[in-house]
Amino acid sequence: MSLVRAVGVRKSFGHTEVLRGVDLSVDAGQVVCLLGPSGAGKSTFLRCVNHLETIDAGRIWVDGQAVGFTTRGGKLFELREREAARQRRGIGMVFQRFNLFPHRTAVENVAEGPVHVLRTPRRVALEEARALLDRVGLADKAGSYPHQLSGGQQQRVAIARALAMRPKLMLFDEPTSALDPELVGEVLDVMVDLARDGMTMIVVTHEVGFARQVADSVVFMVDGAVVEAGPPDQVLDNPRQQRTQQFLAKVL
Amino acid sequence: MGSDIAPGDVEQKDIAPADELVVVPLRHWGRWVVGAVILAVLGALGWALADAKIDYAAVPGFFTHDIMLRGLVNTVVLALVAQAGAIVLGMVIALLRRSANPVARWFAAGYVWLFRGLPVLLQILLWFNLALVFENISVFGLFEEKTNVLVTAFVAALLGLGLNESAYMAEIVRAGLNSVDHGQVEAAKAIGMTPATTLRRVVLPQAMRVIIPPTGNNFINMLKGTSMASVIGFLELIHAANNIASRNLQIMETLLAAAAWYMVVVSVASVGQHFLERYYGKGVAR
Repeated sequence: MSLVRAVGVRKSFGHTEVLRGVDLSVDAGQVVCLLGPSGAGKSTFLRCVNHLETIDAGRIWVDGQAVGFTTRGGKLFELREREAARQRRGIGMVFQRFNLFPHRTAVENVAEGPVHVLRTPRRVALEEARALLDRVGLADKAGSYPHQLSGGQQQRVAIARALAMRPKLMLFDEPTSALDPELVGEVLDVMVDLARDGMTMIVVTHEVGFARQVADSVVFMVDGAVVEAGPPDQVLDNPRQQRTQQFLAKVL
Repeated sequence: MGSDIAPGDVEQKDIAPADELVVVPLRHWGRWVVGAVILAVLGALGWALADAKIDYAAVPGFFTHDIMLRGLVNTVVLALVAQAGAIVLGMVIALLRRSANPVARWFAAGYVWLFRGLPVLLQILLWFNLALVFENISVFGLFEEKTNVLVTAFVAALLGLGLNESAYMAEIVRAGLNSVDHGQVEAAKAIGMTPATTLRRVVLPQAMRVIIPPTGNNFINMLKGTSMASVIGFLELIHAANNIASRNLQIMETLLAAAAWYMVVVSVASVGQHFLERYYGKGVAR
């Protein structure tokens, strides 16, 4: 049973069609890496999965629910923004530029969702937030503001912030692309641990090494469509499509 | 010694060891001249004021005069209530301006255009004379009252100053909201925050950093702008000064006492602004 199933997803910005019928499914516990040249629509697709973007055609289901809709009497009703927020709770997202709340400390960033979305008592939420910071190796940075942290540390706080909502699915939008090269490893390590713990993950990345090590499935996208998908040893080592071969020749 | 200097670069014989050379500091003659001119002008001014026909000894008495103190309280209360109302209204107008509803956006733009376009004094006079065109004010028959009773000098000044200020506040709040990175809203959405919670917990606290300095500036203007209410007979500081002077004709002395109060009130407001800025500056690298 797929946790995420996308069928014929189309999306345009103005006259530019960014997604031209993307089909994809992710089983619970699987790690799927989206690879492809920039402008392929990988990030846009990821943002459609938690309804940060609305789609023009096709459908995405997460955990049996149509994203952005509610089903009543055999009809799909578009969600209000407030209801869409409820749907997003179960989907964690990590951004390329971290997007931590700069006016709150690391531990406050992590506890923000539990306290102000889930209504967890503040004391309990802060305790859990400290445990999560410990899990990403930042127990000693709980009281630091984001600007006092390195990029790698900020991204690890961002991962902890997403995990605090106890998501059933985690989306990573180029989580290491904004980092200095020497800081990439610490973030990937956290993600590897997360994958080993059985988290379902969709990762847009340029880290082919990470994809090879962790992904159950690698999806290669070009020009808004999936060109090739399969286990990493097949897609990365024996790509059948010419576009995949050309791309891998450049990045490897 | 000097072996790494290529021959011909410098005349070797002119170079003595550094500690043997006398250092002549740069003299800033211009600074001395400008400083002296400023001090001379200030001295002349001070001397003129000391020599002026002002009964300085009377000023402290006017400063603490009963009427003056009532004027002070009225000035402060009017400014605070008008500013508070303007902040709330301005926030609403700013949100309407960013609304997805075109009618709301159009209304907000028109609101700012109108209230920013009219002089405050004119607005105050319009409100004060409302009874000339509307004898009674009624709200859907639930409530009815004579306009004369309802729109006192205080209410007219409050409406004039507050509505005018709300148009400026709307623009200040809009600038503040626009200054917050869109990634912040997306991060809030991604942890399942509703739009209202996002505004309250994520966007507004960060927008405050941009909103506070101009708001403090405007509040200082508001404190002084209350003086316009003297025209419609509201007992604020200027009206109080005139009131006292009408009995003893010491116009300059009473005005100076009022001036001193304005300086005090404005100074307190500036200090308050400083602390607010520090509070909302949390988490910002300097």
